[in-house]
Amino acid sequence: MSDYTFRFSKSEKRLVAVLIIIPMVLLFIGVYGGLMQTLFRAGIIQSDPFVGGDYYKGLTFHGVLNAIVFTTFFAVAFGNAIIPYSLKKNLNATIAWIAGILMLVGSVVAAIVILIGEATVLYTFYPPLKAHPLFYIGLTLLVVGSWVASANWVPMYLQWRKENEGKKTPLAVVGMFTTFIVWFIATLAVAVEILFMLLPWSLGWIDEINVMLARTLFWFFGHPLVYFWLLPAYVMYYVFMPKLAGGKLYSDMAGRLVFMMFIVFSVPVGTHHQYMDPAISSQWKLLHGIFTFAVALPSLITAFTIAASLEYAGKLKGSKGLFGWMGKLPYFKKENWFFAYLITGLIIFIFGGIGGIINASYQMNTVVHNTAWVPGHFHLTVAGPVMLAFLGGSLYLVAQFLNKEVRLKAWAMLSPYVYTIGLLIMSYGLKIGGLMGMPRRTNTGASYANPDSVLYQADWIPYIDLTVIGGSIMFVGIVMYIISFFTTVFSKSKGAEEDAIVTFPISEPLHDEPATWLRNFKPYIIIAIILIVLSYTPVIYDVLQATYGGSLPFSPDSPVPLR
Amino acid sequence: MDNSEKLALGLSGFLLVLFFGAIMYAAVAKDIDVPTCITDMDPFVTDTLFQTGPDTYELQMVARMWAFQPSTVRLPVGSTVDLYVTSQDIIHGFKVEQHNVNLMAIPGAINYMRVTFNKPGEFMYACHEFCGAAHHTMAGRFIIEERLDEPEIIGGTL
Ligand code: HEM
Ligand SMILES: [Cu+2]
Ligand SMILES: [Cu+2]
Repeated sequence: MSDYTFRFSKSEKRLVAVLIIIPMVLLFIGVYGGLMQTLFRAGIIQSDPFVGGDYYKGLTFHGVLNAIVFTTFFAVAFGNAIIPYSLKKNLNATIAWIAGILMLVGSVVAAIVILIGEATVLYTFYPPLKAHPLFYIGLTLLVVGSWVASANWVPMYLQWRKENEGKKTPLAVVGMFTTFIVWFIATLAVAVEILFMLLPWSLGWIDEINVMLARTLFWFFGHPLVYFWLLPAYVMYYVFMPKLAGGKLYSDMAGRLVFMMFIVFSVPVGTHHQYMDPAISSQWKLLHGIFTFAVALPSLITAFTIAASLEYAGKLKGSKGLFGWMGKLPYFKKENWFFAYLITGLIIFIFGGIGGIINASYQMNTVVHNTAWVPGHFHLTVAGPVMLAFLGGSLYLVAQFLNKEVRLKAWAMLSPYVYTIGLLIMSYGLKIGGLMGMPRRTNTGASYANPDSVLYQADWIPYIDLTVIGGSIMFVGIVMYIISFFTTVFSKSKGAEEDAIVTFPISEPLHDEPATWLRNFKPYIIIAIILIVLSYTPVIYDVLQATYGGSLPFSPDSPVPLR
Repeated sequence: MDNSEKLALGLSGFLLVLFFGAIMYAAVAKDIDVPTCITDMDPFVTDTLFQTGPDTYELQMVARMWAFQPSTVRLPVGSTVDLYVTSQDIIHGFKVEQHNVNLMAIPGAINYMRVTFNKPGEFMYACHEFCGAAHHTMAGRFIIEERLDEPEIIGGTL
């Protein structure tokens, strides 16, 4: 039952391929920017051919393209593939294409505006730094496109439920709907921020803006954003990985419970990014801290469930003892290259998870907030498990949907290991540097790492150098991937396109409880809304009553406001 | 749900409660907290330092593109400082090396934290939020001295 195939229409297939290939090019530009950053930071280069001497333009590119554009495209493309496949229903291709085009236009517009230097505001675009209005419009189109794409899945799902009364929704579908429910709730806040504050202000229709309010709305969006990244990776862990390992999903119910918990706790936690902010009372920060610990629970459950599934797979292959199963997994099997992307991500996530709990720990955040520790941490999450799962998923999807055989499988299989080694080195450098006080988002090469500067910090240098070494190894890993990816894309198809069929490695559950209380999204969405209202009303109230004046727009190049 | 799952869930929950207990202990028993709302203070636009007790001071600090005012603060060992930080233009960040002070400097709001300097030395504060083209040059320092008659603040860039 689990190894079935599905026939997508030509138009659907082409769409999925486009939604994977174009962002891959953007990702490569972004990753190149990452490598340049490490060189800038060490003072090895003072300019690069792409952004000239402007480190922060490069950093804006890096953050926006990698963390916002690539991830959103992948989530949509993956949904467009796995939802029709799991429900055995075709997409409404017209709507899906409209969504894809909105996203493409939006991303390209935003990318151009960044490239011409009109939006050097980093991916958080905090006011009163002002970007060109087209930057905000581009991001809006990207988000609206993703809304349209996911709305397209709703009627398919409702129809399926009508036809399959009493049956459990396939876990992959639950996971993807969870992803987009979280995304929809989160993006509402950033839509308010952009449409009612930033855009009219950057167009000059309103003069001043409340910076703390904009920032608070941003983080209402910003934390659930990380689950929007993470959840498609979780779908792959739960649905694909046990099968790829040669076993079964240990517990189907655990997966469903985890997804519902994410709906409930993803949003009312955003203020943990503002522990060090003024104008929000510490007791509300603590409340968001409590919910943050609650949202750590589903990740711990996931760690257990996936480990148990892998253990089961190892035991099937005859492993002995408590840890013998670890030696029986298909780490270096060329034909099973996809597994490598998932297992490396899981290993990295051990460190990512520990770092996350440290950041979330209220006062402990004082030690790490906005230091280089923070990029050290999130490269171990979004640029680790998320990125690797998305890269593996992209290669799988593109091969399936273009009806090709994956080329250079050995490269594809080794790439995540190379990347992981580099990542661990780079993150170690960033994290230790951060603990010593090295700030994030800073071109250290031009000051703190420059021996001629009064600001020179000799004891940071070894850690800055580690990020160069680690970053270069990561880059090599990505290049190996990109070569395999584009060789696959440009290779000859396996046969006539008409008879191409798609198949995914869908795992069967080992324990398949009925879990009737986890079958409906509605109660969980309602609880989520209640928690959001309870946790954000006092925060917004504080912000409004403890701030004064408004802010005129600024460019990053001058201390004099633009108006 | 089988027994191993129940055990894993229970242990995970226990671990998180334990961590959270540690946070509460630090907050309540040790009085280590994060910044909160400051509403009983008038907005300020210039930097000032004044002594409020034998070894307590109040320092009002203004962050702007691309310097902290003051950029040098000279104090005797053992000083406890009530530190107020705001920004005159865009968002900046403030963290003192080797000390647990970390504050966002945001226009339209006043941020506050208390810090004690127990050892002599020079402690840098580097701006840690992107604030434009010369962000990486925005820094200042506390100079903590054993014997000091006249605490002072100095403006300008380092
Ligand atoms: C070769 C690979 C990569 C290298 C060498 C690299 C390097 C870096 C470095 C050194 C920073 C810190 C810059 C600073 O704070 O001044 C950074 C920031 C960042 N990176 Fe990467 N990175 C890579 C890949 C990725 C990937 C795949 C993602 C995808 C999600 C990513 C997302 C980010 C984000 C969101 C930031 C923060 C930008 C900001 O603070 O505004 N990076 N990267
Ligand atoms: Cu967060
Ligand atoms: Cu700065």
